[in-house]
Amino acid sequence: MTIVADVRHSADMSAASASRGVPWRSLLLPWLPPLAVLAIWHALSVSGVVSTAIVPAPADIWNAARQLAERGELQHDILISLRRVAIGFGIGATAGLIVGLLVGLFVTVRDLLDRSLQMIRTIPHLALVPLMILWFGIGEEPRLILVAMGSFFPVYINTVGGIRNVDPKLVELGRSYGLGPVELVWSIILPAALQPILVGIRYALGVAWLTLVVGETIASRDGIGYLVQNARELLRIDIIMLAIILYAIAGWLSDFITRLIERRLLRWHPNYTDRGKA
Amino acid sequence: MSGAEVSLRSVSKSFAGRSVLQKVDLDIAAGQFVSIIGPSGAGKSTLLRLVAGLETPSGGRIELRATGRTADVRLMFQEDRLLPWRTVLGNVQLGLNGRDREAFDILRAVGLRGRENEFPIGLSGGQRQRVALARALIHEPDLLLLDEPFGALDAITRAAMQLLLEQLLAARPRTVVLVTHDVEEALLLSDRVLLVKDGGIARDLVFDRPRPRHRGEPALAALKEELLDGLLTAEGNIPAVA
Repeated sequence: MTIVADVRHSADMSAASASRGVPWRSLLLPWLPPLAVLAIWHALSVSGVVSTAIVPAPADIWNAARQLAERGELQHDILISLRRVAIGFGIGATAGLIVGLLVGLFVTVRDLLDRSLQMIRTIPHLALVPLMILWFGIGEEPRLILVAMGSFFPVYINTVGGIRNVDPKLVELGRSYGLGPVELVWSIILPAALQPILVGIRYALGVAWLTLVVGETIASRDGIGYLVQNARELLRIDIIMLAIILYAIAGWLSDFITRLIERRLLRWHPNYTDRGKA
Repeated sequence: MSGAEVSLRSVSKSFAGRSVLQKVDLDIAAGQFVSIIGPSGAGKSTLLRLVAGLETPSGGRIELRATGRTADVRLMFQEDRLLPWRTVLGNVQLGLNGRDREAFDILRAVGLRGRENEFPIGLSGGQRQRVALARALIHEPDLLLLDEPFGALDAITRAAMQLLLEQLLAARPRTVVLVTHDVEEALLLSDRVLLVKDGGIARDLVFDRPRPRHRGEPALAALKEELLDGLLTAEGNIPAVA
């Protein structure tokens, strides 16, 4: 009996997902935990169980955000940080993709570069922060270089791995259908390696934000990290927590966008045709 | 008769010192449908891949001749090898620039008109092989090479595919070489059956029954028995029933 019920249940599910739209549960349920945390937090603050001097109430953080926004500081710092991630990640991920393609496609390039790059990869790039500051001061360069370095390797490694795992039968097919080298890469090798490459890009975005936090916290005149630094000196715990929430939102947003891109580019893929991966 | 002529002169092939084919001589006339049967590992697929140019012979010479131009050769594999990230239409147009009209025509011929914008993931095994067949035929090849193309399909789908192939070839004759482990399939479809074993062609049988043929035909059944006996002795590991 239960088996019959299960079968009917899953049939309903697939019918629901096939007929456009996501079930309301999938839209609402993800918001439940953060809202619950917010409610409990608010209750604890208002009732005085937790001192607002140590953990500011949600309302305090909201007020801090409004004050900063009215002075224009919040928008300025968010934009500065976004710009740094965008430029650093853009450079790092593009370089990772290009070098990864060359290493994956040409044995000579692999022999030449792969070992050196693997050696550099084992250095934690954040260990270079002091060196970067000594070399470049506290301008934009050290932060951008660090973010780019952090973004490079996840994309590089996944691109090389993805290309190495392309089904040789499909490559043979392409050759026997007269595809030239460029078309072979564009029509067969790149799409076949796309999924791991996109995983690398998502991971690289996470590393980019992480690197930026460190870079901005250590030496900076603006950006979200600077906001934190300044707030620490002024003992503004509300602003520190605001900055942490901003990082969380930024990280979630960039992940959300890459997932949208992933679903669009991989809509042919059995694991992405179904609902429920966003 | 349209199609390519194929000739092999003492063609040998070995992989890492292990000889697979030894001094094979073979002539295939334009428009002939030739089936290659034989025990597994006998070199059937190697022979086909040599003709396709996917392997280079260790010795000997292979020539393909089509009237007035270099022969266009298309190969269809046991696996459909469709590109999952391309639609049905995109797969059929692989290696072509556009040519929508022809693509729609060939898709209609294989019964998949209306499905051109779907991804292969949504197709059944038989439908996928029909796309692969359309992808090979849109090039109007002089020589069509089929490497156990229906081997992975269920019996009913396979019979339907055999019928479809026969119809398409009747409309546009060309030279065909089919590797199969299904003796009946070979006899249903071909003008000539080659039995490959021990690295050479053990039997070369011309079979010119009128088409369409039927599985139950006495001539076909008798030959099937004979060829199966040849295959079994070739396997060499069937104990005699005392």
